[in-house]
Amino acid sequence: MGRESLPRWWYVGAAVLGLGLPTWSQLTSMQQHEWLNSPAAVSHIGDLTGKAKRAAMDYRRFCVGCHGELGDGNGENAAWLDPKPRDFTLGVFKCRSTPSGTLPTDEDLYDTIARGLDRSNMPVWSTLNRRQLADLVAWIKHFSPRWQKEKAGAPIPIPAEPEVTPERVKQGREVYGKLQCSKCHGVQGTANGPSASTLTDDANRPIVAYNFTDGSRPKCGEGDRDIYRMFMTGLDGTPMPSYADNIQPEEAWDLVFYLRTFQPPNQYNRREKEIARQLALPPVDPNVLPQ
Amino acid sequence: MTSSRRNVSCGLLLVWLVIGSFPRAQALPAFARKYGLRCSACHEAWPMLNYFGQKFKDNGYQLMNDRDAPIWQNPSYWPIALRITPFWHRESTDKVAVDSASGTGNQRISVSGFDYSGLDILTAGTLAKNISFQLVPSAEETGDFHIESANVRLDNLFHSPWLNLKLGKFELDNIVSEKRTLTLSANGEEYQIYHFIPVYDANIFGQIGDNQVGVEWMGHSLNDRTRISAALMSSTDGNPDLSYGSNSYSAFVAGSRAFDAGKFGVDRVGFYAMFGEAPTTYRTSGGVVIPGSGIGNKTFHREGFVGLFYFGKLDLQVVTQHGWDSAWFGTGYGGFDPSSGDLVLNNTPGTILPPGTRSPTWNGAFVETHYVVNPQLILIQRSEWVRMSQQALAGTPGELGNIDNYVVGFRWMPIMSSRAGFAWHNEFSWLRLAGLAPDGTDLSSNSVMSGFDFDF
Repeated sequence: MGRESLPRWWYVGAAVLGLGLPTWSQLTSMQQHEWLNSPAAVSHIGDLTGKAKRAAMDYRRFCVGCHGELGDGNGENAAWLDPKPRDFTLGVFKCRSTPSGTLPTDEDLYDTIARGLDRSNMPVWSTLNRRQLADLVAWIKHFSPRWQKEKAGAPIPIPAEPEVTPERVKQGREVYGKLQCSKCHGVQGTANGPSASTLTDDANRPIVAYNFTDGSRPKCGEGDRDIYRMFMTGLDGTPMPSYADNIQPEEAWDLVFYLRTFQPPNQYNRREKEIARQLALPPVDPNVLPQ
Repeated sequence: MTSSRRNVSCGLLLVWLVIGSFPRAQALPAFARKYGLRCSACHEAWPMLNYFGQKFKDNGYQLMNDRDAPIWQNPSYWPIALRITPFWHRESTDKVAVDSASGTGNQRISVSGFDYSGLDILTAGTLAKNISFQLVPSAEETGDFHIESANVRLDNLFHSPWLNLKLGKFELDNIVSEKRTLTLSANGEEYQIYHFIPVYDANIFGQIGDNQVGVEWMGHSLNDRTRISAALMSSTDGNPDLSYGSNSYSAFVAGSRAFDAGKFGVDRVGFYAMFGEAPTTYRTSGGVVIPGSGIGNKTFHREGFVGLFYFGKLDLQVVTQHGWDSAWFGTGYGGFDPSSGDLVLNNTPGTILPPGTRSPTWNGAFVETHYVVNPQLILIQRSEWVRMSQQALAGTPGELGNIDNYVVGFRWMPIMSSRAGFAWHNEFSWLRLAGLAPDGTDLSSNSVMSGFDFDF
């Protein structure tokens, strides 16, 4: 059988790919090196100024195995991790105090590193001191072109937390139904809603909804204000949207109190659990369309 | 000291240098595999822990997230790691009694060649959330096995990091861990003050560098800045079967506090103390020692301060020690070898100590310096000194048994992934033992080694 030669375009394409990919990587690396010296490669945490250059060693020691040399989430361990490490080059972050679609504040990144992300391989890095953490925040910012062009968003206002009352918990249940949270999180917060199995992140990778009942820490903090913030800012890069345009702050607090009733007893939900027991609230009806 | 005793000491030193097994340090790629972290996350340079690694250990080999329990791991995950070090080394001792046609004289003896260390089988991890374990069967180069560590730890009892209980054979809570030392050569493998025994002294029970059998309570703050522990052990120096006195116990307490040193990192200062009693009288049957029959307990203690100081890429580990043994130990009582049954001196009823006998006392310290060029290259230096401040027997030269030990080296770790660690280790060490040469002068020896240290 005679061998047919491959068409010329195939060779041209292979050459472009062969040369282009390393060049692209090289360009990215050079570009990032330039950004390391840019004004964006600093962070401000209170009175502390973090500098990216000082974080090079800590990033290499603690972070590079997952997040990769280029910060693209392609470290040597990435293939084995689920969920995948954050791709810093995109400048998209789940845990923010800023509106959906905007860059997080330096404090947001600082808190995320120090707190770690439960249900992922990101540990709690509380063993690093404040300055090391601030330097790492600056280092993370040097990876993405977004920090060169944009400023961080303004933190959303969070009104003072009202008192927990039975009325508020009941109202929170209404909000849970109205926002159709049960589609992903299930009618009892067990992450078994009808859409749960179809969820994917922005990179089209499967992602699971948060199970309120398993006792795990919410990703972006476990305090009441943290939970409030999560559904008012959304978790960028995931199917969890921001509901800032859909509900009023009062309703958001009601929802916080209702979500607390799903959780096993903890330091935050004693009152909510007591109210839930007294009210014996039935689960929301997923078939009732939101008003 | 008699000439024959010196000859024996000198010969034993040489034998120990040439065939002595290196202490097997603990670095577990099994943990790195479990959590997807590089060696460098937990180790300043493996196997030496950094603050993050110390916190991980103090939490019972847990990151305190939802992935700690083994049930959440891939079924193919097995918490085991192996470590061994093939190497070339040269050992040289300056005054060894050697027979010749003209009689016995002192000569320098130097030997060199290729060699390999013992093997450590390092298994550790969690049996369930907040129940951790460690099992380390260890083989000598000859293949003889012993149990280096075997313990279970109940972590965070009542949800408190201040309540952790460990039972079994374990390393004492030395914040500067000899099991994780970065030095491997024959003269540099040990921290001298962790094993120091004065000349003529027979107290083997006060070696804080040896793993001990007992129970330990340990507590720490959530971020591990403050940590404190107390252990109660049988006075057996980690040997099984209650081979010495069955009613003699020792205790070890340690505490430390870390503080933020700004741009330098996180520093730590602390203390430790070991105190206990051990037998000096052994009952015999037909002249043969009855194992475990030791009575006539006498006391001993060691205490000191510890400091970990970071100055950017440079860090210092400082450990001090003040040691004291009962005069009975100091004059050779209590020294019983359970494997051979040899008993040099027995404190039988009516025994009295020689006139002028005192409790041997000493002071020691070491400063170990590391310069971390980058997470894959570390330069190491250690200087250590032990000085006798009081000898047991009247007429013993005051400096007899003093130690000077200096170590320099570097360790390059081209591979430190979450699957395996590989280091090219190079080291020179020098040791001087005062008054221990056959002619009563100082005995010195040095070691050079270069090898591949790896675990997976």
